[in-house]
Amino acid sequence: MAAASNNQPLLEVRNLRIEFPTRRGTLLAVDDVSFDIAPGEVLGVVGESGAGKSLTGNAIIGLLEPPGRVAGGEIRLEGRRIDNLPYEEMRKIRGARIGAIFQDPLTSLNPLYSVGRQLVETIQTHLPLSASQAKARAIELLQEVGIPGAEMRIDHYPHQFSGGMRQRVVIALALCAGPRLIVADEPTTALDVSIQAQIIALLKRLCREHGTAVMLVTHDMGVIAETADRVAVMYAGRVAEIGPVREVVKHAKHPYTKGLMGSIPSLGVRTERLTQIDGAMPRLTEIPPGCAFNPRCTFKGQRCLVERPNLMPAGATRAACWLHDSGGVGAPILKETVDA
Amino acid sequence: MLAFILRRILQSSAVLLAVGLVAFSLFRYVGDPVNAMVGQDTSMEERDALREKLGLNDPAPVQFFHFIANAARGNFGLSYRTSEPVGRLILERVPATLELSFCAAVFVLFVGVPMGVYTGLYPKHWSSRLLQAISLIGISLPTFLIGILLILVFAVTLHWLPSFGRGDTVRVGWWVTNFLTLSGLKALILPAITLGLFQLTLIMRLVRSEMLEVMRTEYIKFARARGLTNRAINFGHALKNTLVPVITVAGLQLGSLIAFAVVTETVFAWPGVGQLFIQSVQFSDIPVMAAYLLLIGLFFVLVNLIVDLLYFAVDPRLRSQGGSARVAGH
Ligand SMILES: Nc1ncnc2c1ncn2[C@@H]1O[C@H](COP(=O)(O)OP(=O)(O)OP(=O)(O)O)[C@@H](O)[C@H]1O
Ligand code: SF4
Ligand SMILES: [Mg+2]
Repeated sequence: MAAASNNQPLLEVRNLRIEFPTRRGTLLAVDDVSFDIAPGEVLGVVGESGAGKSLTGNAIIGLLEPPGRVAGGEIRLEGRRIDNLPYEEMRKIRGARIGAIFQDPLTSLNPLYSVGRQLVETIQTHLPLSASQAKARAIELLQEVGIPGAEMRIDHYPHQFSGGMRQRVVIALALCAGPRLIVADEPTTALDVSIQAQIIALLKRLCREHGTAVMLVTHDMGVIAETADRVAVMYAGRVAEIGPVREVVKHAKHPYTKGLMGSIPSLGVRTERLTQIDGAMPRLTEIPPGCAFNPRCTFKGQRCLVERPNLMPAGATRAACWLHDSGGVGAPILKETVDA
Repeated sequence: MLAFILRRILQSSAVLLAVGLVAFSLFRYVGDPVNAMVGQDTSMEERDALREKLGLNDPAPVQFFHFIANAARGNFGLSYRTSEPVGRLILERVPATLELSFCAAVFVLFVGVPMGVYTGLYPKHWSSRLLQAISLIGISLPTFLIGILLILVFAVTLHWLPSFGRGDTVRVGWWVTNFLTLSGLKALILPAITLGLFQLTLIMRLVRSEMLEVMRTEYIKFARARGLTNRAINFGHALKNTLVPVITVAGLQLGSLIAFAVVTETVFAWPGVGQLFIQSVQFSDIPVMAAYLLLIGLFFVLVNLIVDLLYFAVDPRLRSQGGSARVAGH
């Protein structure tokens, strides 16, 4: 698996906070999330529905839907801060430096434009190519993503492709201007189980060939185990554990991750919700004080009920859990920094 | 494609035949054509002779067949009021109505669609809210009131535009046009606005809601994620998808402009078929009314046919259903 070849991370997310102002006060949907992605690296992101995975991904591509907004922290791409760029500046980065793949290939493509037109317009938006050069590149890309008869298929409309073929077109669109990072938000969830593995394999191969890093959001632990270099486990808007995929899968340190890894389905078998652990993730309005996982945790101690753990070194990974603090989960340490 | 057009033409003919039946029933069973044509002092025998001559004693299906066959040749008999051939009466009036409806349609489309797009793209902007509010007024005010208000302001008070009639016209072949003189063009402005205002607000609100809908779709979000410019997204991807459903409604609305012209023509003393229709109602001039009915039916059917073809041109999903279909293997 490709590893970091450079000291400078490609993407740095630092203390990211995403808020939704509502009538009943502000909802904190993503709270103090930090992680890096190295050039060419695949970072898997897992977590129950509502954990904040998509919001984090949308914030990175600068497409948080209002009223959601980045309320704190920063996002850097190749050292350059991108979370506070004006719309037009960020637009030039989208597609060119950061590509995106969404869940449903049936709705990601404009039904009234041929796939060739959608490819060519994306290429020409970001690269100084003539129409015929752009078209040649588009055909090349369609061939690369495994669409047979690309010269002819380029003039076809989305409805003339099957779901799997459409997701291949979407991948071609995400890659067509040569981005360094792709944010793929559940790229296979909407697809037939039989073709999920193909699409993941394609994505993995292309990104390795192009040296593109991937933030791969998925519910499928099998996909993570097969594809990712590192994995971040999110819970209630925070990162519960992050580390090399082998370590997180085999030697999870956070009780939540342990529960998740209890039974890893084989590749392609989908777990719609990761519910091997009793109970459910709290709603944003009902996150308990202390560790957000404490209502479901069998290891919890006094401290877990009052003090919120941040990521700390835990073996070969980093986990947000007091079990890995020298103080342990024992006596409550009543500090003013207790989160409400 | 060809099969589709043929099917549409067949359907259109059926619709026209139905309209023809209504027109015929009107013609045959409302009032007595003979009574309408003769004077008080005509004798019974003379009336019967006339009845026989007009074919009114034939069985109804035969009469209907004659009626349709004549109508197809533009022959609707003589007007009860002026004793002129109805076909010629109508034909004289058609250019005035068509030119008025055309101008109203241009006004509706070229003002209504951009306004809808604007308010759909910037729904929260104060000017969008203002347009929305004004459009509510436009929808709730009756046409004749709008016409009278416009006359009051622009004709009576400001003297900018004429308050009635077509102004100076030019004859091109049998077609009498407003488009070639300044006074003719000026005369068109107020009636066209009056006729179009209601449809304009409808179209604007329709485009706006469609636009809002389209802007929420995944493919627009994905277009943004591809870094396309706002212009490409708003006026390419979004507008094109907005227009697909709008075309149908717009087509029907524009067809009804011709029908709604009745009120406007009356307010502005516009010498079109609508005005002719009102006059013929007052005189129970059944042949003219029947011909008018058929004419409006014909326009509606034609507009619908054009709309269907446009739909075909815009939406590739329809095109491939008709023929080439999906490519093998997928
Ligand atoms: N417009 C909104 N208003 C209020 N809360 C929102 C809004 N959009 C998202 N949220 C909240 O943000 C949280 C995170 O949402 P997000 O879509 O990132 O979850 P996710 O991890 O991607 O889940 P899934 O696996 O279901 O895609 C959810 O709890 C959701 O309730
Ligand atoms: S901090 Fe405490 S409650 Fe939270 S996961 Fe660790 S042990 Fe469980
Ligand atoms: Mg999601």
